[in-house]
Amino acid sequence: MSNVVEMTGVVKRFGTVAALDGLDFQVAAGEVHGFLGPNGAGKSTTLRLLLGMLRATSGSARVLGLDPWHDVATLHRRLAYVPGDVALWPNLTGGEVIDLLGRLQGGQDRARRDRLLQTFDLDPTKKSRTYSKGNRQKVALVAALATDAELFLLDEPTSGLDPLMEDAFRGCVRELRDQGRTILLSSHILSEAEALSDRVSIIRAGRVVESGPLAQLRHLTRTSVTADVASVPPGLDLLPGVHDVVVTDHRVSAQVDPAGLAPFLQALTAAGLHALTSQPPTLEDLFLRHYGPAGSLETARR
Amino acid sequence: MTGTLDRGDSPAGRTRTRPAMTGTLAGTGVLVRLALRRDRWLLPLWILGFALIAYSTAAAGAELYPDEPSRVAAATALNATASMVALFGRIYDPASLGALSLIKYTAFMTAILAVLMVILTIRHTRGDEESGRLELLGGGRLGRDAPLVSALAISFATSILTGLLSAAALSLGGLPGPGSLAFGLGWAATGMAYSAVAALAAQLTASARAATGLSIGVIAVTYGMRAVGDLAEPGPSVWSWLSPIGWNQQVRAYAGDHWWVLSLPLALCAVLVPAAFVLRAQRDLGAGLRDERPGPARGQLSGVLGLAVRLQYRVLLAWCVAFVLFGVVIGSLVGNVADFLSSPGAQDLMRALGGPRALTDAFLAAEISIMGVIAAAYGISAANHLRSEETAGHTEALLGTATTRLRWASSHYAVALAGVALLQLLTGLSIGIGAASAVNDGELVPRSLVAALAQIPAAWVLTSAALAVFGWLPRLTGAVWVLLLGLIALGEFGVLWNAPEWLMELSPFRHTPLLPVDAEGIPALAALTITAALLGALGYAGWRRRDLAA
Repeated sequence: MSNVVEMTGVVKRFGTVAALDGLDFQVAAGEVHGFLGPNGAGKSTTLRLLLGMLRATSGSARVLGLDPWHDVATLHRRLAYVPGDVALWPNLTGGEVIDLLGRLQGGQDRARRDRLLQTFDLDPTKKSRTYSKGNRQKVALVAALATDAELFLLDEPTSGLDPLMEDAFRGCVRELRDQGRTILLSSHILSEAEALSDRVSIIRAGRVVESGPLAQLRHLTRTSVTADVASVPPGLDLLPGVHDVVVTDHRVSAQVDPAGLAPFLQALTAAGLHALTSQPPTLEDLFLRHYGPAGSLETARR
Repeated sequence: MTGTLDRGDSPAGRTRTRPAMTGTLAGTGVLVRLALRRDRWLLPLWILGFALIAYSTAAAGAELYPDEPSRVAAATALNATASMVALFGRIYDPASLGALSLIKYTAFMTAILAVLMVILTIRHTRGDEESGRLELLGGGRLGRDAPLVSALAISFATSILTGLLSAAALSLGGLPGPGSLAFGLGWAATGMAYSAVAALAAQLTASARAATGLSIGVIAVTYGMRAVGDLAEPGPSVWSWLSPIGWNQQVRAYAGDHWWVLSLPLALCAVLVPAAFVLRAQRDLGAGLRDERPGPARGQLSGVLGLAVRLQYRVLLAWCVAFVLFGVVIGSLVGNVADFLSSPGAQDLMRALGGPRALTDAFLAAEISIMGVIAAAYGISAANHLRSEETAGHTEALLGTATTRLRWASSHYAVALAGVALLQLLTGLSIGIGAASAVNDGELVPRSLVAALAQIPAAWVLTSAALAVFGWLPRLTGAVWVLLLGLIALGEFGVLWNAPEWLMELSPFRHTPLLPVDAEGIPALAALTITAALLGALGYAGWRRRDLAA
C-alpha cells in the first residue's frame, strides 16, 4: 500500500453549497504532505471527511486502506488529529486534557509526552480557561504528537504559535518523518508548508488544482530575476517566456518562464552583466497563479 | 470627538469640552447602546410578552369568575389545597377578582421574570467578560465600572418597563387601577432585586455558567422559602418575609395593596449593588473572587464516561441537594394537610374517597408528580450537554481519537438517565422520611419511595426525546423544552381547554401510576420504558448518520 490517503471524485454538499466538488487527493506513505488553500477552499472539510466526522455526498475515500466513515474505531487507533480550532474544557487542566485524549487514542508515550511539554514550554497544571490561543494549540499538539500514530492529520497546526514554537513544531514533524510516519499538514501559511513538505496539493473551491513534489511544481511558475547591466539591450520583452519587464536606469527586472531563462540570461550577459539576483518561485507565486485570476486571494488582501 | 478641539470661551463651547464621563465610568453610554443593539429583539419581546400575558389573564379572569360567589368559591378551594399554596401562594382577599386571576403570577411568573433578569444581567457582565468581548472593548476608553453600570441600567430599565406596561395592561384588561399599579411595581422591584443578585454573583465566579447557576439557585431557594412560609398556619410565617418572591406576594395587589412592602426589594438592591461594585474594584478583569488555582498535571479521566461525569457532577450535586431539601420540607407538610381542608365538607368528601390516608396520599402524589416533571427537566438539560459539547467543538477533539460516536453519545445520555433515577430515589426517600417523621407513620417511606421511582420512566421518555432530537434535528434541541412546557400546560390546563383525549394521552406523565402504586401500574411503566428505549435508539440512529457540526 503506497497511498495512505486516497480520495477519488469526492463531493460534499452542505445544502446547495458544494464544499468539495469532485476532489481527487492522494497522500503517499511516509511523506509530509502540505495541503494548501485559502480560507474556505475546503481544507478542513476534507480532513473532517477523512476522520468520519462528515459523510461524503458521493465519491470514495480510503484512509490507511479503511473506510473513514465505517471503520472509525480501528482507523482512529492508527491516526492522530489536531483540529483547526482547538476548543478545550475550561475547567480541566492542560495535563488532564492531554492524558484523556491520549487514553482515548489507545495510549501515549509518557516520556515523549513530558519531553513535548518541555519542548513547547507548556504548563500542564493550568486550567484550560486560562490558556491563550497558542497554549490551547500546544495542548492539542502535545496530545497528538505523543501518540504512536502512523498518520498525523494536522489542521493549521501552528496557528497562534510564536516563531520559536513554530520552529519546535517543525523539529517534531521532521522527527516523525524520519521515523517513517505520514503527516498531512493543512495550511494557508505558505512558508510553513514550503519548509516542511515533500509534496503539496493545492485546493481551490473544493478541487485539488495542483499536486506534486515542490520541485516539480516550481517548474510551473516563473522565476523573478533582477539584473544590473552596463546598458539595457532593447527588445528584452520580445524574448519568448519573458514577462513584466521593468527597466530603471541600468536595472532590469522581469518574470521569466523556465524555458525562457537561458536566452534571457544570454541577452543580459551580452549587455555587460554586473549583478544578478534571482528568486525561485515561492508557494506565494503558486497561489497567485491559481487564485489570482479568479481574484479571490487578491480581493481578500484588499 | 470635536469637543477636545473646541476650546472656545463661549458657554456652549465649555459644555462640549466638559469631560463627559471619565474614570471608572467612561464608556458606559457606548456599552448601553451596544447592549440595546444586541438585544433589540429580545428585550421588546420579553417586555411585551409579559404585558400581553397580563392583559389576557385579566380579561379571561373576568369571564371565568363573573360574580363574587364564584370567586369566593374558587379562592377558598385554592387556599385549601396545600399543593397549590406551596406552588403559587395564598389569595388574601377571596372576593377580589385581581388576586384570584393573578394567583399564578405573583410567585411563579415572578420567578420566571427573575430568571430572565438573571440571564440578562449575567450576559452583559460575566458573559462578556468570559468571552473576551469586554477585553476587546477595554482597549478603548472603557472605565472599570462601566460594564456593571450599563448592565444594571439595562436590567433595571427592563424590569421597570415590564412592570409599568403590565400594570397598564392589567387595568386595560378591566382590573382596578391601584391594584394593577401595585402588581406591576411588584414585578419591577422584584426584577430589580434579582438583577442585583446576579450582578453580585457575576463578581464571585469566573464563569458565566457558574454565575447564572448561583443566581438561579438563589431564586429556587427563595421560592422554596416562601412555599414553606405560605403553608404555615396562620398566614405567612417569617420564611415568606425572608424571600424577595415572598415580598412580592405580600404586596397583596388587589387585596389591600401594601405599598410599603415595595421598599424591601429596593432596600435589597441598595445593599447588593454597592457590594458588587466593591467586589469588582478588588479583582482583575476576567478573574473570580478566588484566584485560579493550578490543577493536576496528570489526568485521571479514563474515558468519555468519566469526562461526562466530571463535566456534569457539580450540577447534578446541586440538583440533588435541592431535591432533598425540597422533599423533606414538602414531606413534612403532610401533617398540615388535614388542617388545610378545614371546611368540613371537603374533609367529608376526602374521607368518602378513601379515608384519612387518601388525604395524605393525594397530597404526596401531587408533590411527587411535580418532582417527576422537574426530574424530567434535569434529564433534558443533562442530555442537551451532547449538543452544547458538539457546538463548543469539544466533540471534534474526542471523535478524532478512537472513540466512536455511539460511545461518546452514550456517556452524556447515561449520566442523564442515571441522574434522573438518582433524583427520584432522593425524592422518594426525602419526602417519605419528612412525611413519616411528621405524622409518625414509618410506612410512608416505602410508599413514597415506590411512587417516586414510578416517575422515572416518564422522565426517561423526555430525556430520550432530547437524544432523538439531537440525532435528527440537532439545531432544535431547545425544542425539547417547548415539548416539556407543552406537556406541563396540557396536564395543568388540558381539561380547561377542552383538549381532545388523544392529545392528553400523549403525555408520558399522564400514564404514570400515582400513589398508591401497585402491580396494576407495571404495564404502563413497562410501556413508558420501552418508549424511552425506542426514542433513544432513534436518536442513536440519527446521530450515527449525520455530519458533525462545524
